[in-house]
Amino acid sequence: MSKVIGDVILSVQNISLRFGGVKALTDISFDVRDHEVRAIIGPNGAGKSSMLNCINGVYTPQEGSITFHGQSFDHMNSRQVAEMGIARTFQNLALFKGMSVIDNIMTGRNLKIRSNIFLQALRLGPAQREEEEHRSKVEHIIDFLEIQAFRKTPVGQLPYGLQKRVDLGRALAMEPQILLLDEPMAGMNMEEKQDMCRFILDVNDEFGTTIVLIEHDMGVVMDISDRVVVLDYGKKIGDGTPEEVRNNKEVISAYLGTSH
Amino acid sequence: MFYRENGQFKTSYRADQQILPIRQDQIFMAVLLVFAFAVVPLLATDYFFRAILIPFLIMSLAALGVNILVGYCGQISLGSGAFMAVGAYGAYNFFVRIPGLPLIPALILGGLCATAFGILFGLPSLRVKGLYLAVATLAAQFFSDWMFLRIKWLTNDSPSGSVSVAQLQVFGLPIDSALSKYWLCLGVLAVIALLAKNLVRSAVGREWMAIRDMDVAAAVIGIRPMYAKLSAFAVSSFIVGVAGGLWAFVYLGAWEPAAFSVDISFRLLFMVIIGGLGSILGGFLGAAFITLLPIALSQALPALAGLVGVEISTAGVSHAELMIFGALIVWFLIVEPHGLAKLWSIAKQKLRLWPFPH
Amino acid sequence: MAFFLETLLGGLMAGMLYSLVALGFVLIFKASGVFNFAQGAMVLFGALAMARFSEWIPAWTGMNSLWLANVLAFAAAAVVMFIVAWAVERLVLRHLVNQEGATLLMATLGIAYFLEGLGQSLFGSNIYKIDIGMPKDPVFILDSLFPGGVLINKEDLYAALIAAAMVALLTVFFQKTSTGRALRAVADDHQAAQSIGIPLNRIWVIVWCVAGVVALVAGMIWGSKLGVQFSLATVALRALPVVILGGLTSVPGAIIGGLIIGVGEKLSEVYLGSYVGGGIEIWFAYVLALGFLLIRPQGLFGEKIIDRV
Repeated sequence: MSKVIGDVILSVQNISLRFGGVKALTDISFDVRDHEVRAIIGPNGAGKSSMLNCINGVYTPQEGSITFHGQSFDHMNSRQVAEMGIARTFQNLALFKGMSVIDNIMTGRNLKIRSNIFLQALRLGPAQREEEEHRSKVEHIIDFLEIQAFRKTPVGQLPYGLQKRVDLGRALAMEPQILLLDEPMAGMNMEEKQDMCRFILDVNDEFGTTIVLIEHDMGVVMDISDRVVVLDYGKKIGDGTPEEVRNNKEVISAYLGTSH
Repeated sequence: MFYRENGQFKTSYRADQQILPIRQDQIFMAVLLVFAFAVVPLLATDYFFRAILIPFLIMSLAALGVNILVGYCGQISLGSGAFMAVGAYGAYNFFVRIPGLPLIPALILGGLCATAFGILFGLPSLRVKGLYLAVATLAAQFFSDWMFLRIKWLTNDSPSGSVSVAQLQVFGLPIDSALSKYWLCLGVLAVIALLAKNLVRSAVGREWMAIRDMDVAAAVIGIRPMYAKLSAFAVSSFIVGVAGGLWAFVYLGAWEPAAFSVDISFRLLFMVIIGGLGSILGGFLGAAFITLLPIALSQALPALAGLVGVEISTAGVSHAELMIFGALIVWFLIVEPHGLAKLWSIAKQKLRLWPFPH
Repeated sequence: MAFFLETLLGGLMAGMLYSLVALGFVLIFKASGVFNFAQGAMVLFGALAMARFSEWIPAWTGMNSLWLANVLAFAAAAVVMFIVAWAVERLVLRHLVNQEGATLLMATLGIAYFLEGLGQSLFGSNIYKIDIGMPKDPVFILDSLFPGGVLINKEDLYAALIAAAMVALLTVFFQKTSTGRALRAVADDHQAAQSIGIPLNRIWVIVWCVAGVVALVAGMIWGSKLGVQFSLATVALRALPVVILGGLTSVPGAIIGGLIIGVGEKLSEVYLGSYVGGGIEIWFAYVLALGFLLIRPQGLFGEKIIDRV
């Protein structure tokens, strides 16, 4: 299968983020091209999640800017980001524990729902049709992620691996252009990882969704990503194809320690 | 044996999304409605209507409103009494100043006043939550207590804030007998319950629950916390305001600001906790429980005490009521935080299997 | 000017009493993260116990020293508060250990109702007197500066002194004794305290006991001033804005917050009340707290509340 990687659609320039005296990110710049799978790797505490949080508008960086489709922003507003087509999963699964799988994924369709509160209360024609239409889309996602048997279960009762799929489903429901995945395979066994890889690659392949992926499993990263950014202690120490990064001396010493 | 879903396949999303997808539930609801509208009037006495059914219906409506705010959207509110008061006095002002205004428009206008009040005092929810929000809602409660006592214009210049209404009519029919009041309350409750159930299972309801469960993640999906929280306050206070109007006009007839004190706020919160947070059914169960408990106690306790040879005064009964309330709240929170509604759904689960154990 | 000073001083005195109640809130919140809505009920319960014991003890033993009867009544009431503290920890808190704040808050609401009912069942629901021998006559001070002097209620003055003594005692307890140190450790970090062997359950009982004694003292003073009656339980609702203002985790905040609210209430009633129909005392404190919630939710001295994703 061949895919065409397009132009740069998202770039971050000189992002610095501090929490009080702690420097989470220092002068980070990199870009993301359309349709590619971009991995962000680095030891624990390197600032990878913080970077995604900046892109998402959860954190506001003190310096730097983010450019999306030609528009530059000093800081992002979460809803704006969602409207612009960037969706995200969370490392610690920010699922809505009180709701069922269907409802969780339906919340991802929220931006696309047009009917107002009165129509919804009366559940007349347009509102009813919209509910069915979105339900249909959500069912496609449920089929894709193979979680049909659990659709009515409250997510709090599902095992961890399935919860991760629901998290992915919710992000997919937004029909995003860029999908930010924060350690989607954390805590999974080999089979679950294979399944998750398959889903991610399918999404990238079929819908052309650009993927930005934080991941610790080197095998996965080297296999599926087109380009890799390496962070360490909040600074960028590597940027390039998996081959280039694998042979980068700084990256090796950051991960494996220097040889004596 | 009776409660089987076997053979009930749904072939469209519409069918799957119904409020009552299981046939047995549909039959049960139909029977219940017929019973409530047609059979009860034949069986109930005047006392039963006035002392038990009508307060139960109105309190169920109020509990429904509070549940939307506290149970579905997770915004703790101790100011429900204030919203009821604004609904009641609001309706009163329109009723008194527009001669011949029928009851239902007056109630709706009162509800809208409560909505405005609710949105205003709901603004702190954009900044704080939990205990701090509870304190903010208490500010609404005390401000409302003061407002209807001291601002003369609001109570048509009545000296102590006490007012009364008479000659209520709906579509030209007078509402004066216990039966007509019962039907009015039942009708209003049924309509609003249906609308609320629709809201709760549609996009707005999911937004509320998303904010309740994890508001940061909700923002990232594109839900606007401000819109979700304020709409919860708006819808909730509208319903509570209409309930306040009904309580004042239909149940009390004449009232003063103390009728909507902080005590009612606590009582409503208890109904919602005991009945089940985040469940439409829960509001009904909680209201039934809290409305019936004092009556049951005032009958049962002296009898029980008599068996042991002890005399209990009415004061003693009310003290016992406080103790039992308090103990029950604690017990529910420890044993079944999801309240009576959860117990009901567990019972239904068991019923699905009956008569087999598993 | 003299009138302003009088109002100010009156407000400070009233504020001191609010601080006493608020202190109970802060103690429990600091040590266990639980916001105790039942503090007001505890004030009522303690006051009822003391009032009735001070009647019953002379009746049972036939003594006629008022002072001795009061001391014994206080001691007996304190024991009752200890029993309440132990029961609350054993029957309620232990079972709700990992629940979220809202659940615990509502549980304390339940405890409040229970205590109100129990107190009145055990001790009766009439209005009772507590007479701890506080002089009730007013005194005039500062005659040199203002002709006629500024009027202070002697009773309020003594109440303020007792409250100040209580705060001083608590400060010594926390800073100098080993139990106090353990309490501070638990307030700081439950898990760390457990890991060095501090028994969490016992600490919580102790905290609730201390809060119970504070409630008892507050009840004694309020009761002596106003008579012991059911409305005492609502005094907790008056003290809530105090902890918002001062900060839920700060003992000095409770004191200063109480003084500010006390003064604010009196001054606003006198100088603003007439414009809007009077009686604004009932909401002034709350609206002030509301303002703080919007601008500075952690209060004047509290720790900043951080929400983590």
